[in-house]
Amino acid sequence: MSEIIVITSGKGGVGKTTTSANLGTGIAAQGKRVVMVDADIGLRNLDVIMGLENRIVYDIIDVIEGNCRLKQALIRDKRNENLCLLPAAQTRDKNAISPEQMQKLCEQLKEDFDYVIIDCPAGIEQGFKNAIAGADRAIVVTTPEVSAVRDADRIIGLLEASELRNPLLILNRIRPDMVKRGDMMTLDDVTDILAIDVLGIVPDDESIVVSSNKGEPAVLDETSRAGAAFRNITRRLMGEDVPMIDLEEQSGFISSIMKMFKKK
Amino acid sequence: MDIFKLFSKKSSSKDVAKDRLKLVLIHDRANVSTQLLEILKTDIIKVITNYMEIDEAELDIQISQATNDGGVNVPMLVANIPILSLKRDRHS
Repeated sequence: MSEIIVITSGKGGVGKTTTSANLGTGIAAQGKRVVMVDADIGLRNLDVIMGLENRIVYDIIDVIEGNCRLKQALIRDKRNENLCLLPAAQTRDKNAISPEQMQKLCEQLKEDFDYVIIDCPAGIEQGFKNAIAGADRAIVVTTPEVSAVRDADRIIGLLEASELRNPLLILNRIRPDMVKRGDMMTLDDVTDILAIDVLGIVPDDESIVVSSNKGEPAVLDETSRAGAAFRNITRRLMGEDVPMIDLEEQSGFISSIMKMFKKK
Repeated sequence: MDIFKLFSKKSSSKDVAKDRLKLVLIHDRANVSTQLLEILKTDIIKVITNYMEIDEAELDIQISQATNDGGVNVPMLVANIPILSLKRDRHS
Protein backbone atom coordinates (compact mmCIF):
# COMPACT_ATOMS: atom_id res chain seq x y z
CA MET A 1 0.00 0.00 0.00
CA SER A 2 1.65 3.20 -1.11
CA GLU A 3 1.48 6.45 0.77
CA ILE A 4 1.46 10.11 -0.24
CA ILE A 5 3.16 12.40 2.26
CA VAL A 6 3.25 16.20 2.00
CA ILE A 7 6.05 18.17 3.66
CA THR A 8 4.76 21.58 4.70
CA SER A 9 5.50 24.44 7.11
CA GLY A 10 3.74 27.72 6.35
CA LYS A 11 6.82 29.84 6.85
CA GLY A 12 9.55 29.75 4.21
CA GLY A 13 13.14 28.83 4.87
CA VAL A 14 12.58 26.41 7.75
CA GLY A 15 13.77 23.35 5.82
CA LYS A 16 10.88 21.87 3.83
CA THR A 17 12.95 21.14 0.74
CA THR A 18 15.91 19.82 2.74
CA THR A 19 13.52 17.58 4.67
CA SER A 20 11.85 16.36 1.47
CA ALA A 21 15.21 15.53 -0.11
CA ASN A 22 16.48 13.72 2.97
CA LEU A 23 13.30 11.76 3.65
CA GLY A 24 12.98 10.77 -0.01
CA THR A 25 16.60 9.68 -0.16
CA GLY A 26 16.39 7.99 3.23
CA ILE A 27 13.30 5.94 2.40
CA ALA A 28 14.73 4.93 -0.98
CA ALA A 29 17.91 3.80 0.80
CA GLN A 30 15.68 1.36 2.73
CA GLY A 31 14.79 -0.28 -0.57
CA LYS A 32 11.41 1.36 -1.19
CA ARG A 33 10.40 2.96 -4.48
CA VAL A 34 10.08 6.70 -3.87
CA VAL A 35 9.12 9.68 -6.00
CA MET A 36 9.64 13.23 -4.80
CA VAL A 37 7.31 15.85 -6.26
CA ASP A 38 8.42 19.48 -6.23
CA ALA A 39 5.13 21.35 -5.87
CA ASP A 40 6.77 24.76 -5.59
CA ILE A 41 5.86 25.90 -9.11
CA GLY A 42 7.90 28.93 -10.17
CA LEU A 43 10.49 28.48 -7.41
CA ARG A 44 11.98 25.12 -8.27
CA ASN A 45 14.59 23.98 -5.75
CA LEU A 46 14.35 20.30 -4.90
CA ASP A 47 16.32 19.52 -8.09
CA VAL A 48 19.39 21.48 -6.97
CA ILE A 49 19.26 20.10 -3.44
CA MET A 50 19.26 16.63 -5.00
CA GLY A 51 21.96 17.56 -7.50
CA LEU A 52 19.70 16.69 -10.44
CA GLU A 53 19.29 20.14 -11.98
CA ASN A 54 21.16 19.24 -15.19
CA ARG A 55 18.86 16.37 -16.06
CA ILE A 56 15.54 18.16 -16.30
CA VAL A 57 13.78 17.98 -19.64
CA TYR A 58 10.08 18.02 -18.74
CA ASP A 59 8.35 19.18 -15.57
CA ILE A 60 5.12 18.70 -13.62
CA ILE A 61 3.21 21.23 -15.74
CA ASP A 62 4.25 19.42 -18.92
CA VAL A 63 2.74 16.26 -17.47
CA ILE A 64 -0.47 17.98 -16.42
CA GLU A 65 -0.89 19.76 -19.75
CA GLY A 66 -0.18 16.58 -21.68
CA ASN A 67 3.06 17.75 -23.35
CA CYS A 68 4.74 14.54 -22.25
CA ARG A 69 4.01 11.27 -20.53
CA LEU A 70 4.50 11.03 -16.77
CA LYS A 71 7.43 8.62 -17.16
CA GLN A 72 9.26 11.06 -19.46
CA ALA A 73 9.23 13.80 -16.81
CA LEU A 74 10.49 11.60 -13.97
CA ILE A 75 14.21 12.03 -13.29
CA ARG A 76 16.02 9.06 -11.82
CA ASP A 77 18.37 9.82 -8.92
CA LYS A 78 22.14 9.49 -9.51
CA ARG A 79 22.73 7.39 -6.42
CA ASN A 80 19.62 5.24 -6.08
CA GLU A 81 17.55 3.81 -8.89
CA ASN A 82 14.55 3.41 -6.56
CA LEU A 83 14.33 7.19 -6.29
CA CYS A 84 12.78 9.62 -8.78
CA LEU A 85 12.07 13.34 -8.90
CA LEU A 86 9.21 15.09 -10.62
CA PRO A 87 10.52 18.65 -10.94
CA ALA A 88 8.46 21.82 -10.65
CA ALA A 89 8.10 24.19 -13.60
CA GLN A 90 10.29 27.24 -13.25
CA THR A 91 8.62 29.57 -15.74
CA ARG A 92 5.03 29.16 -14.61
CA ASP A 93 3.12 30.07 -11.47
CA LYS A 94 1.01 28.26 -8.90
CA ASN A 95 -2.23 28.87 -10.79
CA ALA A 96 -1.08 26.68 -13.68
CA ILE A 97 -2.29 23.67 -11.71
CA SER A 98 -5.47 22.81 -9.80
CA PRO A 99 -6.00 20.63 -6.70
CA GLU A 100 -7.98 18.16 -8.82
CA GLN A 101 -5.13 17.80 -11.32
CA MET A 102 -2.69 17.29 -8.46
CA GLN A 103 -4.93 14.61 -6.95
CA LYS A 104 -5.08 12.79 -10.27
CA LEU A 105 -1.30 12.99 -10.66
CA CYS A 106 -0.77 11.58 -7.17
CA GLU A 107 -3.07 8.65 -7.92
CA GLN A 108 -1.04 7.92 -11.05
CA LEU A 109 2.25 8.05 -9.12
CA LYS A 110 0.86 5.70 -6.48
CA GLU A 111 0.71 2.94 -9.07
CA ASP A 112 4.49 2.86 -9.54
CA PHE A 113 5.85 4.00 -6.17
CA ASP A 114 5.62 2.99 -2.51
CA TYR A 115 6.04 6.54 -1.30
CA VAL A 116 5.18 9.89 -2.89
CA ILE A 117 6.89 12.78 -1.08
CA ILE A 118 5.46 16.20 -1.95
CA ASP A 119 7.55 19.30 -1.25
CA CYS A 120 4.99 22.02 -0.50
CA PRO A 121 5.66 25.71 -1.22
CA ALA A 122 5.65 28.24 1.62
CA GLY A 123 2.43 30.14 2.26
CA ILE A 124 -1.22 29.16 2.58
CA GLU A 125 -2.46 30.09 -0.89
CA GLN A 126 -3.05 28.16 -4.09
CA GLY A 127 0.33 26.40 -4.05
CA PHE A 128 -0.32 25.02 -0.58
CA LYS A 129 -3.83 23.89 -1.52
CA ASN A 130 -2.46 22.12 -4.61
CA ALA A 131 0.33 20.42 -2.69
CA ILE A 132 -1.90 18.96 0.02
CA ALA A 133 -4.75 17.97 -2.33
CA GLY A 134 -3.59 14.43 -2.98
CA ALA A 135 -1.84 13.72 0.32
CA ASP A 136 -2.68 10.96 2.79
CA ARG A 137 -0.46 12.32 5.53
CA ALA A 138 1.23 15.60 6.35
CA ILE A 139 4.52 16.45 8.00
CA VAL A 140 4.89 19.93 9.46
CA VAL A 141 8.44 21.28 9.62
CA THR A 142 9.22 24.14 11.97
CA THR A 143 12.17 25.73 13.76
CA PRO A 144 12.15 26.81 17.43
CA GLU A 145 11.33 30.44 16.60
CA VAL A 146 8.14 32.34 17.34
CA SER A 147 7.36 33.18 13.71
CA ALA A 148 7.90 29.62 12.46
CA VAL A 149 5.87 28.05 15.29
CA ARG A 150 3.06 30.53 14.78
CA ASP A 151 2.87 29.70 11.08
CA ALA A 152 3.07 25.99 11.86
CA ASP A 153 0.03 26.37 14.11
CA ARG A 154 -1.88 28.03 11.28
CA ILE A 155 -0.87 25.27 8.88
CA ILE A 156 -1.97 22.57 11.34
CA GLY A 157 -5.38 24.28 11.50
CA LEU A 158 -5.63 24.43 7.71
CA LEU A 159 -4.55 20.80 7.32
CA GLU A 160 -7.21 19.68 9.75
CA ALA A 161 -9.80 21.75 7.92
CA SER A 162 -8.78 19.86 4.76
CA GLU A 163 -9.31 16.50 6.47
CA LEU A 164 -5.57 15.87 6.83
CA ARG A 165 -5.67 14.96 10.48
CA ASN A 166 -2.84 14.12 12.86
CA PRO A 167 0.07 15.79 11.05
CA LEU A 168 3.51 14.91 12.39
CA LEU A 169 6.06 17.46 13.58
CA ILE A 170 9.71 17.80 12.66
CA LEU A 171 11.52 20.37 14.77
CA ASN A 172 14.43 21.53 12.67
CA ARG A 173 17.60 23.49 13.42
CA ILE A 174 17.80 23.03 17.16
CA ARG A 175 20.92 24.47 18.75
CA PRO A 176 21.71 22.49 21.93
CA ASP A 177 24.00 25.25 23.26
CA MET A 178 21.21 27.81 23.03
CA VAL A 179 18.67 25.39 24.51
CA LYS A 180 21.04 24.85 27.43
CA ARG A 181 21.24 28.60 28.05
CA GLY A 182 17.47 28.89 27.96
CA ASP A 183 17.62 30.99 24.82
CA MET A 184 15.87 28.53 22.53
CA MET A 185 12.57 26.71 22.87
CA THR A 186 12.88 22.96 23.39
CA LEU A 187 10.90 20.18 21.72
CA ASP A 188 8.68 20.05 24.80
CA ASP A 189 8.02 23.79 24.59
CA VAL A 190 7.01 23.53 20.95
CA THR A 191 4.83 20.42 21.34
CA ASP A 192 3.23 22.03 24.39
CA ILE A 193 2.12 24.85 22.12
CA LEU A 194 1.30 22.97 18.92
CA ALA A 195 -0.13 19.81 20.54
CA ILE A 196 0.80 17.40 17.73
CA ASP A 197 2.79 14.15 17.60
CA VAL A 198 6.52 14.38 16.99
CA LEU A 199 8.27 12.62 14.13
CA GLY A 200 11.71 13.89 15.03
CA ILE A 201 14.19 16.62 15.80
CA VAL A 202 17.09 17.80 13.67
CA PRO A 203 20.05 19.72 15.09
CA ASP A 204 21.32 22.86 13.39
CA ASP A 205 24.27 21.54 11.44
CA GLU A 206 26.77 23.06 9.03
CA SER A 207 26.84 19.79 7.11
CA ILE A 208 23.40 20.68 5.73
CA VAL A 209 24.91 23.70 3.98
CA VAL A 210 27.77 21.56 2.69
CA SER A 211 25.37 18.89 1.45
CA SER A 212 23.21 21.43 -0.36
CA ASN A 213 26.35 22.96 -1.88
CA LYS A 214 27.22 19.56 -3.31
CA GLY A 215 23.69 18.43 -4.11
CA GLU A 216 24.05 15.34 -1.93
CA PRO A 217 21.45 14.84 0.82
CA ALA A 218 23.00 14.68 4.32
CA VAL A 219 21.07 11.53 5.13
CA LEU A 220 23.71 9.63 3.11
CA ASP A 221 26.57 11.22 5.05
CA GLU A 222 27.54 8.94 7.94
CA THR A 223 29.42 11.73 9.71
CA SER A 224 26.60 14.30 9.60
CA ARG A 225 24.61 14.79 12.81
CA ALA A 226 21.65 16.20 10.90
CA GLY A 227 22.00 13.24 8.53
CA ALA A 228 21.78 10.84 11.48
CA ALA A 229 18.67 12.68 12.67
CA PHE A 230 17.09 12.28 9.22
CA ARG A 231 17.98 8.58 9.18
CA ASN A 232 16.11 8.19 12.48
CA ILE A 233 13.15 10.16 11.16
CA THR A 234 13.05 7.99 8.03
CA ARG A 235 12.91 4.81 10.09
CA ARG A 236 10.22 6.26 12.35
CA LEU A 237 8.17 7.30 9.33
CA MET A 238 8.36 3.74 8.07
CA GLY A 239 6.91 2.47 11.32
CA GLU A 240 10.01 1.60 13.32
CA ASP A 241 10.24 2.58 16.99
CA VAL A 242 13.40 4.68 17.22
CA PRO A 243 14.24 6.71 20.36
CA MET A 244 14.80 10.46 20.01
CA ILE A 245 18.43 11.53 19.73
CA ASP A 246 19.87 13.21 22.78
CA LEU A 247 21.14 16.56 21.55
CA GLU A 248 22.73 17.44 24.86
CA GLU A 249 25.04 14.50 24.70
CA GLN A 250 26.03 15.25 21.14
CA SER A 251 27.01 18.81 21.95
CA GLY A 252 29.06 17.66 24.89
CA PHE A 253 32.33 15.97 25.52
CA ILE A 254 32.14 13.09 23.05
CA SER A 255 31.26 15.18 20.04
CA SER A 256 33.98 17.70 20.87
CA ILE A 257 36.48 14.88 20.69
CA MET A 258 34.92 13.58 17.49
CA LYS A 259 35.14 17.04 15.99
CA MET A 260 38.83 17.22 16.89
CA PHE A 261 39.44 14.01 15.02
CA LYS A 262 37.39 15.10 12.03
CA LYS A 263 39.43 18.23 11.59
CA LYS A 264 42.63 16.28 11.16
CA MET B 1 26.95 41.90 31.38
CA ASP B 2 26.71 38.16 31.97
CA ILE B 3 27.25 38.61 35.71
CA PHE B 4 24.48 41.14 35.70
CA LYS B 5 22.24 38.62 33.97
CA LEU B 6 23.12 35.98 36.54
CA PHE B 7 21.80 38.06 39.41
CA SER B 8 18.73 39.47 37.76
CA LYS B 9 15.56 37.44 38.04
CA LYS B 10 14.66 38.03 34.42
CA SER B 11 13.27 34.87 32.78
CA SER B 12 15.16 33.28 29.91
CA SER B 13 14.32 34.43 26.42
CA LYS B 14 12.74 31.12 25.49
CA ASP B 15 10.15 31.59 28.24
CA VAL B 16 9.42 35.03 26.86
CA ALA B 17 9.04 33.46 23.40
CA LYS B 18 6.72 30.78 24.72
CA ASP B 19 4.50 33.21 26.59
CA ARG B 20 4.25 35.54 23.61
CA LEU B 21 3.46 32.65 21.30
CA LYS B 22 0.75 31.32 23.59
CA LEU B 23 -0.96 34.68 23.66
CA VAL B 24 -0.69 35.32 19.94
CA LEU B 25 -2.01 31.84 19.16
CA ILE B 26 -5.06 32.35 21.35
CA HIS B 27 -5.99 35.23 19.07
CA ASP B 28 -5.01 33.37 15.88
CA ARG B 29 -7.01 30.31 16.81
CA ALA B 30 -10.04 32.18 18.10
CA ASN B 31 -10.02 34.18 14.87
CA VAL B 32 -11.09 37.26 16.84
CA SER B 33 -9.91 40.55 15.38
CA THR B 34 -9.33 43.72 17.38
CA GLN B 35 -12.20 45.33 15.48
CA LEU B 36 -14.52 42.55 16.60
CA LEU B 37 -13.37 43.05 20.19
CA GLU B 38 -14.11 46.77 19.88
CA ILE B 39 -17.63 46.07 18.60
CA LEU B 40 -18.14 43.56 21.40
CA LYS B 41 -16.94 46.14 23.90
CA THR B 42 -19.40 48.76 22.64
CA ASP B 43 -22.27 46.28 22.83
CA ILE B 44 -21.35 45.15 26.34
CA ILE B 45 -21.20 48.77 27.50
CA LYS B 46 -24.60 49.41 25.95
CA VAL B 47 -26.20 46.51 27.81
CA ILE B 48 -24.53 47.03 31.17
CA THR B 49 -25.21 50.77 31.34
CA ASN B 50 -28.91 49.87 31.37
CA TYR B 51 -28.38 48.40 34.80
CA MET B 52 -25.42 50.19 36.36
CA GLU B 53 -23.04 53.07 35.85
CA ILE B 54 -19.63 51.86 34.81
CA ASP B 55 -16.23 53.42 34.32
CA GLU B 56 -15.92 53.14 30.54
CA ALA B 57 -12.37 54.51 30.47
CA GLU B 58 -11.13 51.71 32.72
CA LEU B 59 -13.10 48.96 31.01
CA ASP B 60 -10.90 46.17 29.72
CA ILE B 61 -11.95 43.25 27.54
CA GLN B 62 -9.55 40.69 26.16
CA ILE B 63 -9.20 37.13 25.01
CA SER B 64 -7.08 35.19 27.46
CA GLN B 65 -6.43 31.59 28.33
CA ALA B 66 -7.73 29.38 31.11
CA THR B 67 -7.31 25.76 32.06
CA ASN B 68 -10.54 23.76 32.17
CA ASP B 69 -11.34 20.81 34.46
CA GLY B 70 -9.65 18.40 32.09
CA GLY B 71 -6.39 20.35 32.30
CA VAL B 72 -6.78 21.58 28.71
CA ASN B 73 -6.06 25.19 27.85
CA VAL B 74 -9.11 26.93 26.44
CA PRO B 75 -9.62 30.51 25.28
CA MET B 76 -11.52 32.71 27.71
CA LEU B 77 -13.13 36.12 27.33
CA VAL B 78 -12.03 38.24 30.28
CA ALA B 79 -13.90 41.46 31.01
CA ASN B 80 -12.85 43.80 33.76
CA ILE B 81 -15.61 46.37 34.22
CA PRO B 82 -15.36 48.77 37.19
CA ILE B 83 -18.79 49.79 38.53
CA LEU B 84 -19.25 53.41 39.58
CA SER B 85 -22.73 52.99 40.97
CA LEU B 86 -25.67 50.63 40.72
CA LYS B 87 -28.90 52.02 39.32
CA ARG B 88 -31.09 50.67 42.06
CA ASP B 89 -34.21 52.41 40.85
CA ARG B 90 -34.46 50.08 37.82
CA HIS B 91 -35.00 47.04 40.03
CA SER B 92 -37.66 48.05 42.43
